[in-house]
Amino acid sequence: MMLLLIFISSGLFLGWSLGANDAANIFGSAVGSRMLSFRRAAIIASIFVILGAVFQGKGGAETLNELGTVDALGGGFTVTLCAAFTVYVMTKRRLPVSTSQAIVGAIIGWSLFTGNATDMSVLRKIFITWISGPVLGMLFAAGLYLLLRWALRRAKIHVIKLDSYIRTGLILAGAFGAYSLGANNIANVMGVFVSSAPNMILDFGIFRLDGVQLLFLLGGIAIAVGIFTYGQRVMQTVGNDILSLNPEAAIVVVLAQALVLFLFSSSTFSELVAKTGLPPLPLVPVSSTQVVIGAVLGIGLVKGVREIKMKTLGGVAVGWIATPVIAGILTFFLLFFMQNVFDLEVTKGMSSADTVEKLVQPPRILNMIIYGLLIMSLAVITLLLTYIFRQQKLRLKTENELLIQQNQNYMVQQSISNLEISAIQKQNESLHSKLENKRKEFIDIALNLTEQRMFLESLLEELDQLQRLNDPNTLGIRLKGLSTRIRQRMSFSTEKENFYSQVEQVHKDFQEKLSTGFPHLTEQEKRLAMLIRLNLSAKETATLLNISPKSVEVARYRLKNKLKLKKEENLTQYIIDL
Amino acid sequence: MLSFKHANKSIKQIDQFLDKVDEGNLIFKEGVRNYLNGNRESFLDNLKTISALESDADILRRKIENTLYTQSLMPQLRGDIMRLLEELDNIIDLAKHNLFQFDVEVPYVPTELNQELIRLTELSVAAVESLIPAARSYFRDPDAIKENLHRVYLFEKEVDKMADSIKRKVFQEMQGLKLSEKFHLRYFTLHIESLSDKAQQAADLLNIMAIKRSL
Repeated sequence: MMLLLIFISSGLFLGWSLGANDAANIFGSAVGSRMLSFRRAAIIASIFVILGAVFQGKGGAETLNELGTVDALGGGFTVTLCAAFTVYVMTKRRLPVSTSQAIVGAIIGWSLFTGNATDMSVLRKIFITWISGPVLGMLFAAGLYLLLRWALRRAKIHVIKLDSYIRTGLILAGAFGAYSLGANNIANVMGVFVSSAPNMILDFGIFRLDGVQLLFLLGGIAIAVGIFTYGQRVMQTVGNDILSLNPEAAIVVVLAQALVLFLFSSSTFSELVAKTGLPPLPLVPVSSTQVVIGAVLGIGLVKGVREIKMKTLGGVAVGWIATPVIAGILTFFLLFFMQNVFDLEVTKGMSSADTVEKLVQPPRILNMIIYGLLIMSLAVITLLLTYIFRQQKLRLKTENELLIQQNQNYMVQQSISNLEISAIQKQNESLHSKLENKRKEFIDIALNLTEQRMFLESLLEELDQLQRLNDPNTLGIRLKGLSTRIRQRMSFSTEKENFYSQVEQVHKDFQEKLSTGFPHLTEQEKRLAMLIRLNLSAKETATLLNISPKSVEVARYRLKNKLKLKKEENLTQYIIDL
Repeated sequence: MLSFKHANKSIKQIDQFLDKVDEGNLIFKEGVRNYLNGNRESFLDNLKTISALESDADILRRKIENTLYTQSLMPQLRGDIMRLLEELDNIIDLAKHNLFQFDVEVPYVPTELNQELIRLTELSVAAVESLIPAARSYFRDPDAIKENLHRVYLFEKEVDKMADSIKRKVFQEMQGLKLSEKFHLRYFTLHIESLSDKAQQAADLLNIMAIKRSL
């Protein structure tokens, strides 16, 4: 069993590369256009590829065996390895290549090396199928596209609803495509190992799996691994190429490809055709990529595309010849090497009759009902646990997100509260300073009032005394004295001082800037600057400074010089901007 | 199945949105007519209605955008669809703005110009009226888009001609008007004309979208 596993590793590798590359033909457009997530596409593709391989994969494998029954494990290993290597090298060099053609070439190489005759009628059948695959793909695609276009034009479905239908359609067509791919192409992966398959039947109660199907199950799993590990990249690059078609065309391409692969792998359909008297359809592995090219061409023809890329078609045709030839030559030389250097058995030299005899030996039937139930139960439990774990994880994630959001909200609220507090504090401070100013103002007014009253009372007293005087000389002197007192009083010294102290209080910053920036300014000049900042007129300034308006002009000129302003600069603007 | 539910919701919202734009367009026509005929009360009523319609259209557009992107519906077409809805939203925005300009600036319109300005409004509104079925057919029957679009282009040309003739009349024949009044009338002719220009812009976009959707 271990030996079987080691030898089929080359087949598994081929399966892996098939999964990585060909799944893109099925789900590429859906994933590339983000209509379907890769995870979902990969799960659907894997399940249906395995189902197709296990339940409908025998037909193609039988045809390959008719071409050449590789009866030794070593031979099978070498044949598949050479096919895989050819596919790898040609893909790397961006040459059109198909696993089906590589494996057929490798089998012919094996037949030539071992001296087994190649059945030319089978080869002809295979070759015709290769050509008819893309041609059928083209015809199906053209027909389906015309049908779809006619239906859509008649149905007038809303574009958004159509999108939902297409999404569902892509999943269904993709599932069908994956099933057909598994059914048709599993022969490439495991076909040459069929004669080495264990002669046993596993009975699962509802269904039975024989040795070949088990082998195909392994191949199917290898394809699924290929889809999961490398499919995403290919789907996104290849998918975007197909995407230049619209989604409706993409669905047609997938469906046409699925139909062609299904037709060339379904023995039931082949028998149905045979019953009608027509020649039965050959069950041959065909290249899904080439069918896709045919399908795209079919749609192009319907849409009236005049330019057909002859280079692509030429590439396909060259692939039909070059790939089998390269794989065949490679197999021939590697078999020689394996047989003579590693002493590996590449053929048992069994005749077809021997093989048939081996196949008709009664198989060992293993009752797998209990194991099956166990496996099923295990699978159900695993699924349940995964589901619960995922739900738990999702719940935690949601809770975490909620917590983060709440935290953010709290932080925002906190910063808003802080802002509000600081705004209130500022407001309080300003109110406090206003209150203080008002208080000072009231005290000043009160003091002023008292002082004024006292001055007026003294004036009244003086006037009373003057009224009683009879001597005109004394009266004149006293009146002159009175007039001087009144004039002195008019200089408003106390009020002015109060005014300046209040203004200085309000414009504290300005005062500081003036003192630090221009330390050589006199007290009088600083006051003048302050009055200019208040935008007072020359007359008002003159009154407050107790000088004439003319002197104000001179003082402004001097201040301008001291502030080192140019002639064209405006003193008022400069002081306001300071 | 969830996507079908969202699809139905979006379809309903798009239909409602198009209804709002259509209604807004008709209210614009009524508003201009009421202003020119001096029906102040009806005109103010039209202003209120068009404001409500414009606001509803905005809300609906945002809802549609949200559903299309969050439910990843039509990843290939949604960019175009959103642009189309934005263009249509611009039309109802413009209609509202223009009607408010009448209310704010209160242009003086000589009575002899009334009929021509009403005709200009009717033609401009007709361009938008033809655009709405074209937009509707994009969603259900893309082959029918072109049939409706040629009407948009036709009305737009007619609007241009009509606006040109009004401006000529104002500047060359109506000597009694002040230059400021003439300028004012020119601006209001432009305001009405701009609606059909917007319709033409949306029609150009629809043309390209129709090609993309053709099978």
